[in-house]
Amino acid sequence: MTNPRLLPLFATIAIFLVACVICYIQFPFMASTRVLGNLLTDNAYLGIVAVGMTIVILSGGIDLSVGSVIAFSGVFIAVLLRDTNLHPMIVFALLLIVTTAFGAAMGGLIHVLAMPAFIVTLAGMFLARGAAYMLTIDSVPIDDPFFEMLQKAYYLMPGKGRLTLIGVVMLITVLVGMIVAHRTRFGASVFAIGGGEQTAKLMGVKVAQTTVGIYAFSGFMAGLSGIVFSIYTGSGYPLATVGTELTAIAAVVIGGAILSGGAGYVFGTLIGVLTMGLIQTYIVFDGSLSSWWTKIVIGALLLLFIVLQKGLLRLSVARLSGGTA
Amino acid sequence: MRRSLTALAPQLITLAALVALVSVFFPGFVEIRLIDGRMVGPIIDILKRGAPVALLAIGMTLVIATRGIDLSVGTVMAICGAVAAWSIDKGLGLGGAVALAIAAGLVAGLWNGTLVAIIGIQPIVATLILMTAGRGIAQLITEGRILTFTHDGFSWFGSGTFLTVPVPAVIWVVTGITVALLMRRTALGLLVESIGINRRASALAGINATVLLIAVYMASGLCAALAGIITAADIRGADANNAGLWLELDAILAVVIGGNSLLGGRFSVAASLLGAMIIQTIDTGILLAGFPSEYNLVIKAALVLVILVLQSPRMAAEWTTWRAARREPKPAGRVQEDAQ
Repeated sequence: MTNPRLLPLFATIAIFLVACVICYIQFPFMASTRVLGNLLTDNAYLGIVAVGMTIVILSGGIDLSVGSVIAFSGVFIAVLLRDTNLHPMIVFALLLIVTTAFGAAMGGLIHVLAMPAFIVTLAGMFLARGAAYMLTIDSVPIDDPFFEMLQKAYYLMPGKGRLTLIGVVMLITVLVGMIVAHRTRFGASVFAIGGGEQTAKLMGVKVAQTTVGIYAFSGFMAGLSGIVFSIYTGSGYPLATVGTELTAIAAVVIGGAILSGGAGYVFGTLIGVLTMGLIQTYIVFDGSLSSWWTKIVIGALLLLFIVLQKGLLRLSVARLSGGTA
Repeated sequence: MRRSLTALAPQLITLAALVALVSVFFPGFVEIRLIDGRMVGPIIDILKRGAPVALLAIGMTLVIATRGIDLSVGTVMAICGAVAAWSIDKGLGLGGAVALAIAAGLVAGLWNGTLVAIIGIQPIVATLILMTAGRGIAQLITEGRILTFTHDGFSWFGSGTFLTVPVPAVIWVVTGITVALLMRRTALGLLVESIGINRRASALAGINATVLLIAVYMASGLCAALAGIITAADIRGADANNAGLWLELDAILAVVIGGNSLLGGRFSVAASLLGAMIIQTIDTGILLAGFPSEYNLVIKAALVLVILVLQSPRMAAEWTTWRAARREPKPAGRVQEDAQ
């Protein structure tokens, strides 16, 4: 018998494949490595931040601060490169330290204050966005030779599609996320907390350390996503990526993770991100459809997945109670 | 009366302190003058500009009291504003526009309520769906443009005055008083609180939790519709992209500043409204005092942190033990104990 927990993941993959087929029938040109390369490049920052969000959601939490952290990262990099002579790699390292510490601090507060993650990370969202404003309120361009090199780094796939550096970074991040979530002790603790904090505590999971670790991981991913976003746009802008946290949450849900925690797959999140990217690509290819259809279709997909999960959950509960009776 | 004043003391003190602080930098802050039969002054401005968040906070208070959350209110505002502008554009008149906008808000609330109460989806996810799709729907109504209109009757909701007071301020005050009376002079408030504390237990005790939950989300939709009408009337147009953008977060913040627990249970509409006014006073005050508005968000974040520490169940427990150790046999304050 297959694991019922795998069903949402299969459903996600099936919907993605169906979407691919629909796209191919409508626009045969979409089946090219160019489209694939652009899909990965355009959604790289979203994919990275969604990996962090998946871990948070697996633990039953939520991180609303990531969109602001990405904007802060872009501004931080741009301002530091403009005003100092530091090498970009050192700036990246500094930034990742800052965002990881920021995430860890939020995790610490969530644990120490025993308050909902929603409101703590809401404060984090205001703080990160405010910090970005305080650095600058303008869009700051980045002109650095090393940065240009990063922007132009790509591998030419057969069919002249460009597999860019940031696309590869995203794929590697997903791989790392999969290993962390499904193959490490930390990942097991995350799932345990998502299943129930009290139970996890009784099983000997170090709840405090894990909670701090989860939000630190998400902060790190948001910082990395900010780096990728700054390479992608070549600038830092404090008003950028408003609402990305909600897009990331939507991607995780479409990816088949359950928002109450304890079940889901990092790989599903990648498929969720790609599905959302595919909808956008389709609308661009079509040309006559307006961009607002993206939002409506994503909303409908969200609904579909949540109802599907509810149905599965009810099914498995019914099966369990049927077994014991 | 005295008891409710004591309960509101933290918010009242915060508001007074903020007003005093802004007055130091901007001496004319509390001045109110009468010009052309309407009151003018920074305080009046705050009352008027705070109207959308205050209205959203009223609905949000009820939703949060049931242990829910409504992320869609900002989007519902945009939908209702679009519906109102569309109706006026189509010549349906004042009554038609207001009725349709309110109906749209109620339908949005019904949708959210059904997802939460009947299908049993977590409130944050259920309302996230409408939050994502809603802006698309609003743009569908306005066809992606900013629908502008000229209708003096409708504009009155945004920029008119009623007995020298700006209409938006009148609307939120009246709505707030109505809801507070409805909740506290009947058993309704108690029932809402009981759902928030334990939905199953309250259902077993004979409360029709499903219907009441849907009604609460519809009330939130109604408040969002009123806020949408005010916003659309104020700018004489419907902007599907920006109307009510991120106001849901301000509304949640207002409820939290009002001292209501996000974990449901006891609530106070008056405290949430004070919370909304505190937020607006910070916004306006920073501008008037001449601070760069970049500091606005950082100040908000700091404020939320302070409130979080004050509200934290763990901190409350520490505080009680500390007080007990000092042998002060007074009952602990009104900080809520959130039994996990």
